[in-house]
Amino acid sequence: MSTENGQARGPALRILQLYPEQMNIYGDWGNTLTLQRRAQWAGFEVELLEHEIGGQMPSDVDLVVGGGGQDSGQVAIAPDLRRHGAQLREWAEADVPMLMICGSYQLFGHVFVPAAQDAGSEPLQGISILDVETRGSAQRLIGNLTVRTEQFGEVVGYENHSGLTSLGPDATALGRVAPFGEEDSTAGGNNGADGTEGAISRNVIGTYLHGALLPKNPVLADWLLGKAVLHRTGEDRYRAPEIDESITREARRVAMSRPR
Amino acid sequence: MLPMHSALTVAVGRTARRLARLRGRGRGGSAFPGLVVERIDPGFLARTLDALPHGVVVVSGTNGKTTTTKIVVELLRAQGLKVFTNPTGSNFVRGVSAALLTEVDARGRLDADIAVLELDEAHAVHFVRLVKPRASLLLNVMRDQLDRFGEIDHTASLLRAVAAATTEVVVLNADDPRLSAPRFTEGLSARVEGFGIGESLRRTFLSDDDLRREAPMDLSGSGVEGRAPSTRLESIEGRTARFTLQGEQAEVEMALPGIHNMLNAAGALALVRAVLGERAALAQLAPALSQVRAAFGRGELIDVGGVPLELALVKNPAGFRMALLSSAAQRATTVIAINDQYADGRDMSWLWDVDFTALRESGVLAVTGVRAYDMALRLRYEEVPVESVEPDLGAALRLLLERGRADREPMRIYCTYTAMLALRAELAQFADVEAVL
Repeated sequence: MSTENGQARGPALRILQLYPEQMNIYGDWGNTLTLQRRAQWAGFEVELLEHEIGGQMPSDVDLVVGGGGQDSGQVAIAPDLRRHGAQLREWAEADVPMLMICGSYQLFGHVFVPAAQDAGSEPLQGISILDVETRGSAQRLIGNLTVRTEQFGEVVGYENHSGLTSLGPDATALGRVAPFGEEDSTAGGNNGADGTEGAISRNVIGTYLHGALLPKNPVLADWLLGKAVLHRTGEDRYRAPEIDESITREARRVAMSRPR
Repeated sequence: MLPMHSALTVAVGRTARRLARLRGRGRGGSAFPGLVVERIDPGFLARTLDALPHGVVVVSGTNGKTTTTKIVVELLRAQGLKVFTNPTGSNFVRGVSAALLTEVDARGRLDADIAVLELDEAHAVHFVRLVKPRASLLLNVMRDQLDRFGEIDHTASLLRAVAAATTEVVVLNADDPRLSAPRFTEGLSARVEGFGIGESLRRTFLSDDDLRREAPMDLSGSGVEGRAPSTRLESIEGRTARFTLQGEQAEVEMALPGIHNMLNAAGALALVRAVLGERAALAQLAPALSQVRAAFGRGELIDVGGVPLELALVKNPAGFRMALLSSAAQRATTVIAINDQYADGRDMSWLWDVDFTALRESGVLAVTGVRAYDMALRLRYEEVPVESVEPDLGAALRLLLERGRADREPMRIYCTYTAMLALRAELAQFADVEAVL
């Protein structure tokens, strides 16, 4: 049974966070919290699941979230992630929505090739859910960033990465880096050169934006939850919670006005 | 350029300082005279500091540098030593040069037995290339200013460089997973001493890696080289802390607020013992330790018309969490002030790594500062009630003081660095506030 708003009670949404121990360094836990709260406010039960290295991958999930980590964290999780690569690809092909930030975004691509100066570091193979590849570099892209997207409007966040990501032919950029004051508009994003940021394929989003990303971008959060509800129930019946978003709007406005 | 005599360097440097003041380029500890000294006499810093009979001691780490340096300085002074130290905010090489310029006599001699220097992690690396410290005290490596340093592991490597340059003794936090790791301690030429917490405090102190998990630290592999640290904070009851120093125990009633400062005090005790040897018995040091008061803006209490107002500086998730824990014991009307200037950190992500559930019951009177709305959003998703969002710091402060006058309850503001500076300036209208440097 479902009603217009707030009353719908169905099977719980199963939200899986990948490697919270190793891959949660820039407040990315805020994404999981935002998904949990908004789903609850919209009247859906949520079951939070976690997968750590060596653990058994949960079955039957509706949404997958991964965060950023240290280089060392990425090296630590990569073999385990590859072990579960087939399962994750299967979910992606079944239109399970996924949000992968920074280090997780890189490993959802084909490969991460360390920078030349990190002698002895081997290339890290990813799981190729996104048609992207990443090369380490000596320079770091750090700062506030606004991305213009067709699907979600302006997406606002904070990037901090040294890997430079390029999109393959099957990848679509999440959006384009918005001009930043007097500064070069191509200074940030996937690689600091082509003006693209992130990647999207089916319902899988990869991006460099922390912040945490979802609290200030509820349109994105609601899109992910809508896809998760569709996956769980087969019906397009998620409606955004009716809450006052003036705080969100102000937080977005301020973030977009701050120096990089 | 040939090195110059110290007397000439001092004369030129002081002239530069006068000029800087005339031109209004910052007050007091301006880096400009330090820059001039660096250019005309690059050896000045090393030559002056190397002459000190008890050498140079460096304090570094993410959290607690300022207060810990203050504790070390006061403990050494209580033992009769003349101590040179750098004022807060000049914790970089040029700042130390500028501070020296103020303290030396006209011939460039420093009337001190020992120098105790607080150094920012990144600047410490430059400093130790010029001056080899006799001892270093390394407090912790935490998530802070990732927008400046990039990664925690990188920050640890900066402190490793400080440890490697230290000639006699490295005192480090044995409970910090990065500082106590074999790859940190192996191959150091100085001997390593640890400080840490006793068994009963395991649950109170979480490492940065455990912020989300609420699990106690896994200390199975902790301690340095398999030994328990010889200086420990054993237990805490209210303001009383029990310490062990090389087998000797003492209870100290602390004037310093905050349980994190009690751990910092253990580090300071270990360092002073390492520097002075057995003459620094715990029984000698305890009375001086109990007298140490909070450094400027580090948990100090300000009296506003008979109602106490606490300014709690918060810079990173672990620090904010500790401040919330310390405060849980005493309820207060609460304001949170978040700025995002360079000194605060531009990235707001860290607010999502702090567990704010402790505030859920009492709620927050106001959130303020440049990023007031980010803080409001953070609290909304934690389901902590917020009465008002007021980006203007002065207006939020007046709101708090009005409430304080009405209900006579203690007041507390958690604030980032530049928000704290601005709030202190505003507070001067209402209370006796120590001048800002």
